[in-house]
Order: sequence, then structure tokens, then C-alpha cells
Amino acid sequence: MIEALLLMKHEMSLTVAAVVFLLVRLGRTRAAATYARLGYLLLGWCLLAGLIPAPPGQLFAGLFVTSSLVSMQKSFLTFGLLLLLLASDRWLRRHDYVPEVFLLLFSSLLGLFFLISSGSLLMFYLALELATLPIAALCNFDLQRRQASEAATKMILSSAFSSGILLFGISLLYGSTGTLHFTELPQRLNGSALQVTALVLLFTGFAFKLSVVPFHLWTADVYEGSPVPVTTYLSVISKGGMVFIFCTALYQVFQPLQAYWHVLLVITAAATLLVGNLFALRQENLKRFLAFSSIAQVGFILVALSSGAELARAAAVYFVLVYLFSNIGAFAVVGIISAATGKERLSDYRGLYRSNPRLSWALALSLFSLAGIPPTAGFFGKFFLLMSGADGRQYLLVAFAAVNMVVALYYYLRVVRALFMEQPEAPLPIVTTVLPERAALVISVAGVLITGLFSGAYETIARLI
Amino acid sequence: MDVLNFLLITASGLFFIGVYGFLTRRNLLTMLISAELMLNGAALNLVAFNRYRWPEELDGLFLAVFIVAIAAAEAALLIAIVLRLYRNTRSVDVSDITELKH
Repeated sequence: MIEALLLMKHEMSLTVAAVVFLLVRLGRTRAAATYARLGYLLLGWCLLAGLIPAPPGQLFAGLFVTSSLVSMQKSFLTFGLLLLLLASDRWLRRHDYVPEVFLLLFSSLLGLFFLISSGSLLMFYLALELATLPIAALCNFDLQRRQASEAATKMILSSAFSSGILLFGISLLYGSTGTLHFTELPQRLNGSALQVTALVLLFTGFAFKLSVVPFHLWTADVYEGSPVPVTTYLSVISKGGMVFIFCTALYQVFQPLQAYWHVLLVITAAATLLVGNLFALRQENLKRFLAFSSIAQVGFILVALSSGAELARAAAVYFVLVYLFSNIGAFAVVGIISAATGKERLSDYRGLYRSNPRLSWALALSLFSLAGIPPTAGFFGKFFLLMSGADGRQYLLVAFAAVNMVVALYYYLRVVRALFMEQPEAPLPIVTTVLPERAALVISVAGVLITGLFSGAYETIARLI
Repeated sequence: MDVLNFLLITASGLFFIGVYGFLTRRNLLTMLISAELMLNGAALNLVAFNRYRWPEELDGLFLAVFIVAIAAAEAALLIAIVLRLYRNTRSVDVSDITELKH
């Protein structure tokens, strides 16, 4: 019993936190700020509970599998959620339905935990839906806004369509192997036509969730229409969790079919890099811009994973950590300014440095990291990704990715140029930040600067793989 | 033609009718129905494989039961969202959802 609790430490503590927010509405109504503080406390508690050392193991006849790597990935995600909630403190305090926000976010995070830990396609599917459905509700959180309704509709329709394709793939896989367990599947995979079809369908399902080109069309619309915290969650936490399970799926479950998924990954990686970058060039809305930038970032992860090298997994996990800091940093600034002034367009950000120098520096450093400029962590993240991509001797793809890094530099620096060097027509007012926002900004900027220079992070991850 | 083949062809038929409907229909509720057809095709596949090909364990049946449950949850949420969209735009036609575009 104790052992089961210990193995499920992340899930148990998070379930308790979610139930607290389910019950908190029963008492008398309190100020939004009180709820927000309670949420931070509970999430902090989950983070601490996740740090308790626990042995690797499995539960429920292999449906739930955990190891030190999985445990660390869950801690990353919890930490990321805490960071993004702190950053959106102002948005939270303005709302009447703060407990519901926390309840939905916690349920979705719980889904991601089970997703990373799943040891069977049954658990995988259940967890995937648990991770997705609450977010569709959250996209629609500003009920009166037409854009929010549109975003939520697009989100849930694309998720329903992709889970349909995914399930059909699972059913074919089951038909040809007779098992849903991740441990038994690799032994029964022999590369028959049915299994390759199943692989392609499953990959399509993943591609929708990871917004890999050509299944990325929902991404920018949903990111633009949703409130900034939800956008951040989608692009950082949800995507991070999907990358983790995607690594497991490729490197453990579908290992025998590597010759097939290698081709899929190479083609989609090149398409994702190209389309993500080209569309990011012409965006004027910062949320859309960050959406396409996040599509392009996934392209780099695919380049690494396509090599099939064992180190690619470590590089991908490390990159997700780096990406978590840089993207939350960028979204935090956009969210703070959007919550304070309602402005999200690039032209509104001109000359931000004059009125808000600190926010400008935080945004600039995060964008440097996303672009991969040393000495920020983003450079090391990209470096490890491309190195492990080169391990598979696919130099053409790696060169293509490197060219794309240069293209990406242009549009990231375009924003930085607008911040620091352009003259504003109507300058933004001075935005004062509150303590949680400042804490989130300081932590993410520190993360961007330190994770790269402190080499222990990558080595720790590589040792756990 | 044995029963398994018949069931598999029916399931594939359901799935691809669903895909076709999802991609061509412009009404959100019809798109929901098409998505449900896709899920049901997959569920039928699982049950058929379980019964006629791998009868020793019940993995496929379990997954099919969960698919039905989750499809209900998904439909409930989708209808709520579509209702909200209707209040905001007075339309359930995808061609009218054009505020977010690149």
C-alpha cells in the first residue's frame, strides 16, 4: 500500500490538490487572490511530494510504469505549471472562476502524468483524453469572447479527429499483435503491412498533438484565441508531456519498426522546420508568432529523434527543460502586458524598452534562448539536438535544420529590434509587476541563463535514460 | 466470407465514412457525428479482433468500453462548446468561424 502510494507520489498529491479545488466551492466564496494563493501552495506541495525518492516499479498489472526518468519528467511539468501560474497571477485575480481554472489545469496535468507513466495503449488513450479535454474547456474560458469559442471549437474538433485516427491505429496494432502492453508489443512487431499502417496512423495521432506539419493547422488559431495562460500550458506543458511519451513510443514500443518511422520523422521534421519558420516570419500577433515558433521548435526535436541514437532521448528531454524556461519567460511577458493593457500585436511592443526595461530584457533573453544564441540555454539545447541528429549520419537533415536556425534568428531578432530600437507611435504605459509575476520572470530568466552553463543538467538526464 | 472479415470491413467502412464526413461536412454537429463514427469503427475493430483472433484475454473489449465512455464525455464537452459558439456567432457552420485566420 505504502509502496503504491510512493510510486504514484506525483499523481496522488495532484489528485488531492484537484479534489481540494473541487470542494472549495462548497464553502463561502472568497477573493480570487485567496484561491490563487491556495493553488500555488498546493502545487508547491505537489512539487515537494514529487521529490521524495521512490524506487522504479509498476502498478495495475503493468498499466502504470514509473522510473527515475519518468519521475523527473513529471517534476519538470509540475514545476512548469507552477511557473506559468505564477506568471499569470494578474489574469487569475481578475477572474471569478479561479477554482475551476485550477481544477481543469490540475486534471489535465494529471492526465499528462498518467500519459508519461502509461505502460499500455489502454492507459495511454485514457490519459491522452484526460490531458486534452480539460484544456478544450479552458480555451473557452472567456465565455463572452467570440475568439475563445472559435479556439475551443477548433481545439476539440481536431482532438476528436486525431484521437479517432489514433484509435484506429491502435485497433489495427491490436489486431496484428494481440496485446496492448508496451513490454510485449516490441517482441510481436515484425513489420507486416498491417503494423506499418498502424504505425502511420498512430504517428498521425501524435503529430496532431505535437502540432507537426501537416497536422499543425489548429495550433496558431487555438493559441491566438485562448487566454495566455492556456496558450502557455498548451505550448509548454502539454507539448512537453507529449514529447516525453513520444520518445517512449519510438524508442521502446516501436523500436523494431525503426526503419519505417525513421522515414516518417525525417520528412515531417523537414516540413515542420520549413513551414513553422516561414509562417513565423509574417506574424504580427505575438501569440501567433510564438505558436509558429513552437511548431518550428518541435521540428528540431524531430530531427534529433529521427536519428534513432540513444542520446537523442536525453537531448529531447533536456531541450524540453530549456524550452520550458524560455517559452514560459516569453509568454509571461506577453501575458503580463496583455493582462495589463490588452495589447498583443508586435506593433504595440515598439519601444517597450523605454517604458518597461525589465520586461523587455526578460522577453529579449527568452527570445535569444528560443533562437539558440549562446550563452543562453537554448543554444545548448539545440546543440545537443543537432549533435544527436548527426549521430544517425543524416547530415543533410542536420544541415537543413542549421539553415533553419539562421532563418529563425531573423524573426526572433525582429521582435527584439522592435523592443529596443524602434520608436513607438503610442508607447505602452509603464506596467508594474506584482510579486508572483516577478518571481516567475526571475526564475525563468535564471533558468535560461543557468541551465546551459551548468552542465550537470544534461548529464543527469543522460544518466537516467 | 467469415464473420471476422465482415466485421473488419464494416469497421473500416464506418471509419472512412467518418473521415469523409468530418472533412466534407460544414455543420459542426454533423462533424461531431462523423468523429463518433470514426471512434465506433475503431471500437468495432477492437471487439472483433478480440472475439475472433485473440480470445484468450479481454484487452480489446476493455479498450472498446473505455472508448464508448470517453466518446460520451467528448460529445458532452463539444456540444457545450458549440452551444457557446452559437450564442456568440449565431451559427454552427464552420464557414462562419473565420475570425482567427493567418
